[in-house]
Amino acid sequence: MGKIKGAVVINTERCKGCNLCVVACPTGTLKLSETEVNHKGYAYCCDIDAEKCIGCASCALVCPDGCITVYKLKE
Amino acid sequence: MEKSEIINKGTLVYQKPTLMNDTPMHYCPGCSHGVVHKLIAEIIEEMGMEDKAIGISPVGCGVFIYKYIDIDWQEAAHGRAPALATAIKRLLPDRLVFTYQGDGDCAGIGTNETIHSLNRGENITIIYINNAIYGMTGGQMAPTTLLGQKTATCPYGREAQLNGFPLKLTEMVAQLEGTSYVTRQSVHNVAAIRKAKRALRHAFEVSMQGKGSCFVEIVSTCSSGWKLPPEKANKWMEENMFPYYKIGDLKDE
Repeated sequence: MGKIKGAVVINTERCKGCNLCVVACPTGTLKLSETEVNHKGYAYCCDIDAEKCIGCASCALVCPDGCITVYKLKE
Repeated sequence: MEKSEIINKGTLVYQKPTLMNDTPMHYCPGCSHGVVHKLIAEIIEEMGMEDKAIGISPVGCGVFIYKYIDIDWQEAAHGRAPALATAIKRLLPDRLVFTYQGDGDCAGIGTNETIHSLNRGENITIIYINNAIYGMTGGQMAPTTLLGQKTATCPYGREAQLNGFPLKLTEMVAQLEGTSYVTRQSVHNVAAIRKAKRALRHAFEVSMQGKGSCFVEIVSTCSSGWKLPPEKANKWMEENMFPYYKIGDLKDE
């Protein structure tokens, strides 16, 4: 069985740092930024462990602001 | 493997619906409104009804929905969205007409309009966002506030003797002859979001087939009004709202 790799692209300026995507992610790929904020002052979401992403799109589904785009590749 | 390689070679799994524009939404972080907006945009896109959908926006937090989804919208006076939807659907029967209302608008000031429109069996869909509080005005008690729940106007918790009981509007309208599909859903996790999407799509299809009115309640969170972080608000909803507002279809004819 081929390995599935995923990637998320986060619109950090639109993100409000609600943390719902971090809770929804089954692999622990996402985390809120601890050092930076966007122009509105929100600690936005980052894919700190991008290697772990499986492209399940759970984060994008629960995101209330539609900030996340998800891609998937089967090897 | 590099991220750019996955993006270039891989398939797109999910993106913000194209009907939803880039205007930043005014909702608080983690608000359920955003998820429901996304679902509505996705469903209208999938049904190919972009040019035929007319939404009625409420008074309440959801008032600016017309700024975010690129379809035709009409703004109604407080609670009067179903009356406006009735007129639009009767004049333009080939359009997909739906209202988007909160609990203050739909179950508070507009209960009369809601019940009579549904009782007449108008071929419209009412999307009813129930977060058990008046979110926009600062977290006052709503008709749907749970017993014992603390709000700005009942700081010691809602009491049945003084404030009455929380209104189960969905159960009420399921009794009406005019309604065809009545359901209660939520959007607190991935599985619930998928179910809510199916329910909303079914409601739109039923109202387009002219079978009668559809009523979709979405049990939602108001993290600012409840004074909880978004994920704790979801947990609070599961523990306190779901036992009283039971999730599932109440009527499907």
